[in-house]
Amino acid sequence: MNSLLRRLLSQPWVWSYLGALLVWLAAIVFTHGYGAGGMISAGLALAVFSVITGVAQMFVITLGPGNVDLSLPANIGLASAVAMKVMGGSDSLIALGLGAALVSGIGIGVGNYLLIWLLRIPPIIATLSASFIIQSIGISYGRGLQIKPPPGFAEFTTVQLAGVPLLAIGTVVLTLGFAVLLHRTIYGRSVLAIGQNPRAAWLAGIAVERTRCFTYLLSGALGGICGALLAGYFRGSSLDIGDEYLLASIALVVIGGTSVSGGKANVTGLWGAGLFLVLLLTMLNTFGVSAGIRYVVTGLVIIGVIVAAGGEKAR
Amino acid sequence: MDEHSANIVDLTHIEKTFGAVRALAGVDLMVSRGECVGLVGHNGAGKSTLMNILAGTLAADAGEISIGGKPQKHYSVAQAHKLGVRCVFQELSLCPNLTVAENARVLHPSIAGWGWRKQAGRLIREKLDAIFPDHGISTDSMVGDLPIGKRQMIEVARAFTVTKESVRLVILDEPTSSLDSHRAGQLLAHVRRAITDGGACVLISHLLGEILEYTDRIVVMRDGKVVAADRAAAFSRDRLVTTMGATAAGRTGRADAGTVARGSTPVRVRAQPVRQSDGFELVAHQGEIVGLAGLAGHGQTDLLLTIFKAAARRTAGVKISDPVALIAGDRQSDGIFPLWSIAENIGIRSIKNLRRGRLISPDLETRFAESWRDKIKILTPDLRNNILSLSGGNQQKALFARALGSEARIVLMDDPMRGVDIGTKLEVYELIRSEARAGRTFLWYTTEMEELQNCDHVYVFRNGRIVADLRRDELSEEKVIQSSFEEAIHS
Repeated sequence: MNSLLRRLLSQPWVWSYLGALLVWLAAIVFTHGYGAGGMISAGLALAVFSVITGVAQMFVITLGPGNVDLSLPANIGLASAVAMKVMGGSDSLIALGLGAALVSGIGIGVGNYLLIWLLRIPPIIATLSASFIIQSIGISYGRGLQIKPPPGFAEFTTVQLAGVPLLAIGTVVLTLGFAVLLHRTIYGRSVLAIGQNPRAAWLAGIAVERTRCFTYLLSGALGGICGALLAGYFRGSSLDIGDEYLLASIALVVIGGTSVSGGKANVTGLWGAGLFLVLLLTMLNTFGVSAGIRYVVTGLVIIGVIVAAGGEKAR
Repeated sequence: MDEHSANIVDLTHIEKTFGAVRALAGVDLMVSRGECVGLVGHNGAGKSTLMNILAGTLAADAGEISIGGKPQKHYSVAQAHKLGVRCVFQELSLCPNLTVAENARVLHPSIAGWGWRKQAGRLIREKLDAIFPDHGISTDSMVGDLPIGKRQMIEVARAFTVTKESVRLVILDEPTSSLDSHRAGQLLAHVRRAITDGGACVLISHLLGEILEYTDRIVVMRDGKVVAADRAAAFSRDRLVTTMGATAAGRTGRADAGTVARGSTPVRVRAQPVRQSDGFELVAHQGEIVGLAGLAGHGQTDLLLTIFKAAARRTAGVKISDPVALIAGDRQSDGIFPLWSIAENIGIRSIKNLRRGRLISPDLETRFAESWRDKIKILTPDLRNNILSLSGGNQQKALFARALGSEARIVLMDDPMRGVDIGTKLEVYELIRSEARAGRTFLWYTTEMEELQNCDHVYVFRNGRIVADLRRDELSEEKVIQSSFEEAIHS
């Protein structure tokens, strides 16, 4: 029992769940227990989006130093517009719209990878400059109009089963799949190997460029899906709908126990970190803190986690 | 400090354990002024651990350290440096993103102010000139861009540089493992010069010839203990090997000659170095062990990498018939995945075959690693331990297991025996020979004559080109050295 506890505590993701629990307790103590369940339900619904972007960012960051996808917010914004325009408010076109969002995301992934591979631009610059291009495309494509989702799709993104959002259940299943992809497939092993030492990975016979390419495609695809879902959840697309998910995705990766220097990733921790961040904001809201303070606290939490994780390594 | 104390180092009853592994079980070591002590033993005997403690990078669990006759209570790297203890470790410790001069400065905080780069550059250049004449290293080069042999030369030269603190003891842990015999000789001659000036040296090497020829006293370690310590003159190669407890004492590792007549089996590799203009090419047949000889860094590794690349993409001048695996000699930068377990490090090259359905099976992976642990004798209590828990030689064995366990019919070896002890070497030679008999083809770059003795055919490289093509019965050390230094005439 004791050794089980010790093994549990040695897992890097435990702390994110403990943090989420602590923040939730603090919030319900403040409200004297009022809205305890609702807070979790709303937390799960909101965490879905940061978890999806977190998975995308996790695979990219695990590729090793310098790898990060900064184009996620622009990708999400464009995909939300593409999805809503293709659906055109009609329930019969939902699948087509989702497909279009996916294609838009994958296209952005391809663009990112081509910039990195053909022009040998560092990923951080490539994805940043790509996001400016995507934004301009989004502006000329959507003309800044907010298009409403079909009623069926809006319903789908908010429906609950026994108080648990359907979308959250679906995303849990999805993340389980990504955990298997990371730990039990050749692709996942390749990502982890490249993140530790790309040269050694190449010499061990790993298809380095193919793995890198697929990872940026995967990140793009997840961004596209996330954009479509967000447009449904918030009842309309907009180009800045994904803005907060750049910081959120990176924060989730870090707080969830994935190594920022690559080669070591953790899917389980993304949910803990996602809930933690969402509940932290909920708690600060119930305390009636201003938006400025909320950003400061979020920033401090991320810095704190990185310092704590770094301290562990130095030991 | 008592400058007249005869003993520079006195280690008494040093103990150290790593988890379940007892690396040092009460070791005594004494080094006196003007002495070069040779330290030998198998991989995992505790040599490197002992030297890490002497250098201050590891703290001993028990025992006393006394330097220059003064007992050290709080011994650390900084303290060691202040007392003039310098070390050159097996795992090279230069910063790859800094230039040669900047790396020299790292060790000498007293170099400061305007023109520090120039000062540091001069300091290291003078040492390099003194130890390795015609080294051809620019002090402005980025260390990461240099081949491992040059990095080792810089590392050695840096250990001998002096600004404020004088150097009293230099620890050389496998200093010649990445150097060819010419450079190794220059280094060892320098060590002899340095100790006549009142310094001292501890030399760790698996090349017993070096130890017997250049040291005054030899200390033999086995299983974390000192099992013998005597004047070098009192040892012979055979006595050393027996004391170390080698499994195959007295054998030189030379194979029976003429097992396969060249040309009777199909050609597996045909490769021409990029700079070869005379149509000369390297040819390897099925079941052959082909040696790539010559001085370090004369294009052998480049050709191996070209062949490796040709396995994935068609390359001009190279023809190969089968899958290829490579065993890196520079295991830190080319081989090891430091965050993974031993089992994961061994399995990665064969991961396709360790699946059930489409998913990797940890069970198959462990069993695969276990079979190779037994076959190649990797010393570890648990294959799930991190790869870095292994000693350097055992890490190298894991890399051998990775390549030999794969489906590759052609195995490229980039000077893979660096830092591997003689017992292990003999085991690995045997393994390579039996794999070759079973039809595998080996391309083996090495700077050691003893390893070339295992080859069926040897190509000597010079300035990126093949300059000699020697059959086994033509092979001799003189021929290799001669071709390495002057343009060979081949018909």
